Amino acid sequence: MIPAAFDYVRPSTLDEALGLIGPDAKVMAGGQSLLPLMKLRLATPEKVVDIGRLSELRGVRKLDDGRIAIGALTTYAEMLADPVLGHYGLLGDVLPGIADVQTRHLGTIGGSVAHSDPATEMPACLLALDAEVVARSTGGERTLEIDGFFEGPFQTKLEPNEIVTEIRIPGPMDGAGSAYVSLAQPASGYAIVGVAAVVMRAPDGTIGFARIGVTGAHEHPYRASDVEAALVGSDGSAPAIAAAAAHVSDDAECSSDIHADATYRGAMAIVYTKRAIEAALARLG
Amino acid sequence: MTTDVLGTSVKRVEDQRLITGKGRYLDDISMPGMTHLAILRSPYANANIKSIDTSAAKTMPGVVAVFVGADIPYNPLPMAWPAGGSAGIQNNINMPRTLATDSVKWTGEGVAAVVAETPEQANDALEAIRVEWEKLPTVVDVEKAIADGAPQLHENAPNNIVFEWNVGDKAGTDAAIDGAEVVVRQRIVNQRLIPNPMETRGDIGWYNPGTDEYTVWMSSQTPHIQRLLLTAFVTGIPEHKVRTISPDIGGAFGTKIFCYADMALCMFASKAIGGRPVKWVETRRENYQSTIHGRDHVTYLEIAGTKDGEVTGLRVKTLANLGGRLSTIGPGIPTTLYARVLSGCYKIPNVYAEVTGVYTNTTFVDAYRGAGRPEATYVIERAMDLFADEIGMDPAAVRRKNFIESDKFPYENPSGLGTASGGAKIYIDSGDYEPALNKALTTSGYYEMGKAKAEAKKRGKLLGVGLSTYIEVCGVAPSKWIGAVGEGWGAAMWESSNIRVHLTGKVVVTMGTQPQGQGHETTYAQIISHELGIPMEDIVIQHSDTQGTPFGYGSYGSRTASVGGTAAVLAAGKVREKARRYAAHMLEASVDDIEVDGANYQVKGSPDKVKTFQEISFAIGLGFSLPEGMEPYLDETVYHDTPNCTWPFGTHVAIVEIDEETGRTELVRYVAVDDVGNKINPMIVDGQLHGGIVQGVGQALWEGAIYGEDGQLQSGTMLDYALPRASWLPMLELDETVTPSPVNPLGVKGVGEAGAIASTAAVANAVVDALSPLGIRHLDMPYTAQTVWRAIQSAKGGQA
Repeated sequence: MIPAAFDYVRPSTLDEALGLIGPDAKVMAGGQSLLPLMKLRLATPEKVVDIGRLSELRGVRKLDDGRIAIGALTTYAEMLADPVLGHYGLLGDVLPGIADVQTRHLGTIGGSVAHSDPATEMPACLLALDAEVVARSTGGERTLEIDGFFEGPFQTKLEPNEIVTEIRIPGPMDGAGSAYVSLAQPASGYAIVGVAAVVMRAPDGTIGFARIGVTGAHEHPYRASDVEAALVGSDGSAPAIAAAAAHVSDDAECSSDIHADATYRGAMAIVYTKRAIEAALARLG
Repeated sequence: MTTDVLGTSVKRVEDQRLITGKGRYLDDISMPGMTHLAILRSPYANANIKSIDTSAAKTMPGVVAVFVGADIPYNPLPMAWPAGGSAGIQNNINMPRTLATDSVKWTGEGVAAVVAETPEQANDALEAIRVEWEKLPTVVDVEKAIADGAPQLHENAPNNIVFEWNVGDKAGTDAAIDGAEVVVRQRIVNQRLIPNPMETRGDIGWYNPGTDEYTVWMSSQTPHIQRLLLTAFVTGIPEHKVRTISPDIGGAFGTKIFCYADMALCMFASKAIGGRPVKWVETRRENYQSTIHGRDHVTYLEIAGTKDGEVTGLRVKTLANLGGRLSTIGPGIPTTLYARVLSGCYKIPNVYAEVTGVYTNTTFVDAYRGAGRPEATYVIERAMDLFADEIGMDPAAVRRKNFIESDKFPYENPSGLGTASGGAKIYIDSGDYEPALNKALTTSGYYEMGKAKAEAKKRGKLLGVGLSTYIEVCGVAPSKWIGAVGEGWGAAMWESSNIRVHLTGKVVVTMGTQPQGQGHETTYAQIISHELGIPMEDIVIQHSDTQGTPFGYGSYGSRTASVGGTAAVLAAGKVREKARRYAAHMLEASVDDIEVDGANYQVKGSPDKVKTFQEISFAIGLGFSLPEGMEPYLDETVYHDTPNCTWPFGTHVAIVEIDEETGRTELVRYVAVDDVGNKINPMIVDGQLHGGIVQGVGQALWEGAIYGEDGQLQSGTMLDYALPRASWLPMLELDETVTPSPVNPLGVKGVGEAGAIASTAAVANAVVDALSPLGIRHLDMPYTAQTVWRAIQSAKGGQA
């Protein structure tokens, strides 16, 4: 419970931070994932670069093209309080259930995305929202699509010298319904399975658009594109949803641990995909 | 006139400091020159130690000393409760040492210790200690451990058996079961739990080279007992050269009753480094590995009776997992405190139980809130439901039919469950079980459940209702029953109270019991305020420091109110009686003519001839005028040996809803009707019930220590061990009946454990009831979503 010794530095500008980070100098935003790992000595960075004071990375703003940009250092609590983000049903579902009230006031969306715990909730929602991740290094800035961003357990497309600066999501739309549902492992609160769904109906009443983000079931969060393909064009009835949801983990066996084996997790992935789609459709009114 | 506060919900006097950060817990204590100790713990569950090289660790920054087992000339920790005592039962004892020397028998057993200037330096130095291990095969399951061919943990314990013990009437029970119309058999598991007090354990050892004396602070429920055990049994240091002190304790639930290696280690280390204090505080991970676990029984039960619901026999065989080495009273829990109460509140005429204690490569097991009685309640209450299910009778009706009738108390168990090995008997003190059952059934709407089940089904939920009509034994214990010649607990369980009245009438009450958050400073003050007629503010309750105070047996087994409370009442009675005789002297009246009314001592019929308690205490303290043969001062001590245990009882009703698609199980309603006798402080009683109920619900729905086959504790932190959160529970609906106990003048039965004893069975019965339409008649806990889902899938013939 006592971390190994480390150096601590707290830059006051983003450029200063970018000059400091690397393989042995770990970025710390809210610290809600990093610090527990350090206390268990599962992570022993030589240097911790605390970017928590970089206020330019906080806040929710509207972009010229109508999209919303969420600063990487925006906390879950700040997101929950933001009136624009309140339009997104799935965010209203997921945010109150993340960890506990203390963690929600420290943990950040950028940290969640960069850390990429296989069972963490935000990535599923960002996948369903077709989000973009903006990252900066001393070499410049790049924009990464969220689909494929999560490569493995705690592995993303980010380089060790990059810091996530903001997440961009589509602007709120009246014609879209979204929801996030999950089965939580009671001790940690992490998702055994968590599914985010964004759906829209076509003018003829069939499902015109679907995005399904899944966390907890496999070694990294992913888009269930087979479910989306089966759902789009269907009438969105209960049998159609069930048939689509059955494809949620067609291509890979689910993870297994002491709380949920692969069989149960696979069965729940289907159930919660079904429930996420049903809840998202219900929000279409 | 002081208001009588006995029986009222006075706000707790200790809360001001405890909830504003002004408490003084062990880790708050800082002393000049204090050092910090860290323990290197075995990463393997069964291994021989070939060598330990501490040379590198000794040179690390801030390190003062490094010790291994061979450095410490102490005895192993004592076994204070072998099963069966002098009844001739063989106990194959293996106790931990201060630090392991030749081998380790569970993951987390301490093998070396570093003393350093800071905790960080001590922990860093642990990583520099090189241990050469010879790994051995492991066994963690009790049934595998006793089978031939299993790894043998100890040479003196063939088949890893600690003891084989039995109680009850074998011949009568065998005959009853053989001849019964109905017999139901079931294997049930009471899974291992990790107790999780909010404050982990810790000690500070301080050797004074000037006086050759030790002071040891310990987060302990039994400071007096530890002084005795550590001196006379472990270290050989003379008993009068050691002072032990328990500071504020942040919860214990039994884990802090015992004699632990770290206590001796801190004492040894402080002397070895020349008298600087040595502090050790365990991390939560250490607590999970090296502070005791609870429960862990595998039981085969057989319940027999007639088709119309009369239970005629109960036969139980239990394997109790005691760990890799034994904890101080480990064997006493599944024997005396479990098997002897297996018949619950029922008049079952034939009961017989066999209990086998077993070694496995796991953390030691000992008393955890309820200590044996939750395990017993789980067995009998599941058995009653299984029996009811078999004969197609309402579970409430079956219970009612088999209750011990209210005119049968004090009740002696016909199979001898209440008769100790040495012949002394305890009786169930008082009981009236039907009123509690009726209240609970009415409040919970038990007989309208059919409608509720149908409505829930429409929402995709399986609704179930479960009963637990429990009884438990606490207020431990009469010495004649539990003492050295009886059950094997090598001591007694009386309690001490010393009351001294200062010249100004302020009262100091020193108790041998030990609070860990129960509010003793309030409840004892209420008692003394009632007995002496003085305000609570004039009373201070002292405890926890062996210096200059009478020996006491500490607090556990819900004994404080019954045994400690009685000692306090009797001591107050002695004070009052001496004050009365002195008042006669002051008022020049005959002693028989003095009436006591609160704090006023007056001559019968002459209200103007009166002396107050304060006037008396002042004069008698000065002692310039004393009657013949009377000593000055008001100072009375009572050592009270309770004549019997006490038996709280009640009915709990749990209502659960199971999501049929996912197995997720929710407790939607909980009704508890408890009879704890008279209540000193009803608010504190409610608090105890809340906490106990939640711990029992926790076992049913979420908790369970998980070991891999290799002896690694896989549920090693709170990320994997699910403790209940308040938001997961409904509001608990509490009600009461009151059947005062005849055992003590307060009429109290005790309540510290009752909630935990009753609740697990109520929830388990509710879950099985919810699943019964699918043909499921039993399911082992915890009822995680996966466990319930698998049971549903199996019952439906699907893949699980």
